[in-house]
Amino acid sequence: MQFVKKWKLFILPIFAVSFLAASALLGCAGGASNTITEAGSTTVQPLAEKLASAFKAKNPDVNIVIQGGGSGVGIKSVNDGTVDIGASSRELTASDPPLVKHLLARDGIAIIVPLSNPVSGLTIEQVRVIFAGNITNWSQVGGPDKGIDVVAREEGSGTRTAFEEMVMGKNALIKADAILQPSNGAVKTAVSSDPQAIGFISFGYIDSSVKALAINGVAATEPNAKNGSYPIVRPLYFLTKTQPTGLVKDFIDFCLGSEGQSIVAKEGYIPSM
Amino acid sequence: MSAKSRQKLAMVFIWGSGVITMLILFLIIGYVLARGLPAFSFDFLFTAPQGGLSGEGGISTAIVTTIYLVLLTLAILLVPGIGAAIYLSEYAKDNWLTRIIRYGVDTLAGVPSIVFGLFGFVLFVTALHFRFSLLSGALTLVCLLLPTLIRTSEEAIKAVPRSHREGALALGATKWQTIWHVVLPSALPGIVTGVILCIGRIVGETASLYVTMGGSAAMPSSLFSGGRTLSLHLFYLAMETRALEKAMATGAVLIITILVINTIVNWISYRFRARVLRGA
Amino acid sequence: MVSRYFIDRNAKYLVLICATTSFVILAAIAIFTLREGLPAFQQVGLLKLIFGTEWRPTQEKFGILPMIIGSLAVTIGAMLLAIPLGIGCAVLLAEVAPHRIRQLLRPAVEILVGIPSVVYGLVGMLLIVPLIRDIGGTGYSIAAGSLVLTAMTLPTIISVSEDSIRAVPRRYKEGALALGANHWQTIWHVLIPAARSGILAGIILGIGRAIGEAMAMIMVTGNAVQIPNSPLDPTRTLAGGIAVEINYASGLHENALFAVGVVLFVLIMIINSFALVVMRRGGPAQDVC
Repeated sequence: MQFVKKWKLFILPIFAVSFLAASALLGCAGGASNTITEAGSTTVQPLAEKLASAFKAKNPDVNIVIQGGGSGVGIKSVNDGTVDIGASSRELTASDPPLVKHLLARDGIAIIVPLSNPVSGLTIEQVRVIFAGNITNWSQVGGPDKGIDVVAREEGSGTRTAFEEMVMGKNALIKADAILQPSNGAVKTAVSSDPQAIGFISFGYIDSSVKALAINGVAATEPNAKNGSYPIVRPLYFLTKTQPTGLVKDFIDFCLGSEGQSIVAKEGYIPSM
Repeated sequence: MSAKSRQKLAMVFIWGSGVITMLILFLIIGYVLARGLPAFSFDFLFTAPQGGLSGEGGISTAIVTTIYLVLLTLAILLVPGIGAAIYLSEYAKDNWLTRIIRYGVDTLAGVPSIVFGLFGFVLFVTALHFRFSLLSGALTLVCLLLPTLIRTSEEAIKAVPRSHREGALALGATKWQTIWHVVLPSALPGIVTGVILCIGRIVGETASLYVTMGGSAAMPSSLFSGGRTLSLHLFYLAMETRALEKAMATGAVLIITILVINTIVNWISYRFRARVLRGA
Repeated sequence: MVSRYFIDRNAKYLVLICATTSFVILAAIAIFTLREGLPAFQQVGLLKLIFGTEWRPTQEKFGILPMIIGSLAVTIGAMLLAIPLGIGCAVLLAEVAPHRIRQLLRPAVEILVGIPSVVYGLVGMLLIVPLIRDIGGTGYSIAAGSLVLTAMTLPTIISVSEDSIRAVPRRYKEGALALGANHWQTIWHVLIPAARSGILAGIILGIGRAIGEAMAMIMVTGNAVQIPNSPLDPTRTLAGGIAVEINYASGLHENALFAVGVVLFVLIMIINSFALVVMRRGGPAQDVC
């Protein structure tokens, strides 16, 4: 009459409980001694993941955990002691806690449009007015007679904050009906598929699916960002609460050293040295 | 319009609804498979995500995290869930206490998953200091899934014929012995169906885990490691990288998992029904 | 060896504790969410928070009316499509389709129920958004959100409605047919009204899923916090709004997001209570035979 022998009822709970016990033990034993935790800016995240992989290749028993969460979360978490390293894609302000800054790279913010858009450059003024919603047609800036679809990042994003500081300034706000996407990648996808779109992304995300506009006549390239002629550049920081020691110091030294910086350059960011 | 032509029109609409529903299914599955299968390979399943903007690597850590999460969640969920179902179907009287309990179960069922996520974030991640971890995610999922398991188990237990219980009691068994040795084994297929449905929901759940498990793509090393399940990995791939083909491939893996789960549930229900019909 | 009577006496209490867990968790959710949201309610003011039209956390402006409208708009849009299609398909499965077709269609519906919401969101983002862009606007819109939610809630409505229609006693149908009604007249005037409490339950379930959906909405609605003028305008839902900013928020912003969670929770409870009242009144069909 019984569909399944009664003892089989216990298989799953026993398995599960022993798994629980095993992992609890593992968790306590393996523990935090060779783990580095990082959290913060989503702009930095892919770069940090690449750096972590490279570091792990040379030091196989180190575990590096890279999380996102945004620049704000990164600053807060490293200050609380929740993570070892916080990543930020903007400058620290007076309201941020005092932390030790390690300049990982510098990153330009590119203003992008889809490949089909004939416009190839704008002034910073024009960008500001477009994003504020006061210019609404491409024909007003030398493009076709089509509406402008503004794409931005969500509030709290380090990239957005940097954009607001450097482009919008104190008095202008990004318009309320802008399309907001939660990451550089999502902004890129949105812009590349909409012929009328304009958006901003980190230099490291530029690829052949979108066109980066020249700003104030200066092309959006790494050399221009490096020599200061491209106007929208912001720092990418690894932050620690105090001067780093031990494994964390090794990792940060690696990232700031020649091998780490060549990875930085390869991913499309500007090396800090 | 005559009654006959009205009926004809109605039938067109009814068949049309069926066709549209099938179309939706084929569209979703077809699109995901068509764009995802090219990126699919043995390597894809067994290598870890390498990060980077191209979303290099595979989904091995996501698969492992998902399995760990399922096991952990079920380990915590089974006893309270089935226990509550036993209470509601075997012991509960029609009094204020039972009404409160039922209100709790019914209302909890309607809470959106993001609110569970907020709750898990406040309680498990922050207050209890579990941080972004499998444990926080699993505990949050337990809260989310309790009503589902309670409802399906209760139905399964209630479906056991009274004669089974009466027979056991007549033989001198205590109430609990009856439940443990007679009712539960008979209700087992229904309960197992409920458990498997919960597994399906765990695999597909995103919002509540987004806020409690962190976004790390690394292999979890303990209860307290964070991680990504397959669904979360899909979301991150789609939103943060340009590897949309890999996102589709992850989607394909998810859909195939759901197909397998559904088939297992249907098979168990079929055998269960066959057994009952045979009068076992 | 513990006496079986000892176990029997005490087992009752163990399972009782298990049963109260749900209520305890519900209370805990209410308490914690309210506690975290309270500072926002206090500092911004209850009315200004709920009815304010501007959401700019960096400017300390927290008005969630646009998000409430957004959630309602995508849900209503989805229900306009999903309810007729859902009931139609349920009728098909329960009454009209031959057995072979049913064997194909019913599993298909069950598969649709199980597909994770991110997959719906992904397909919406890559397939539906460009299609809507061709009609007008950026593609990220209420319309896109509604279409995705239709696909997500349709299977729920279908399966619950089908079960309800099947549960209607045969004599109702036979009585109607004996009186000379044709198949459709029987369905429309007898079966569906008899099954209405179950159908309504399915619809409420669908609405609950629609309002609570976060991730898929982030991917297709554009996340713009503004009062929309047309279905082609971008919008942000309550659930999506929480998920999209929660990882970045701290301080008052974080409290405000919890306040949004409270509003969402209350909204769903209102809908569920409304449903319970309607179902109780519309009750099991009066048995006249």
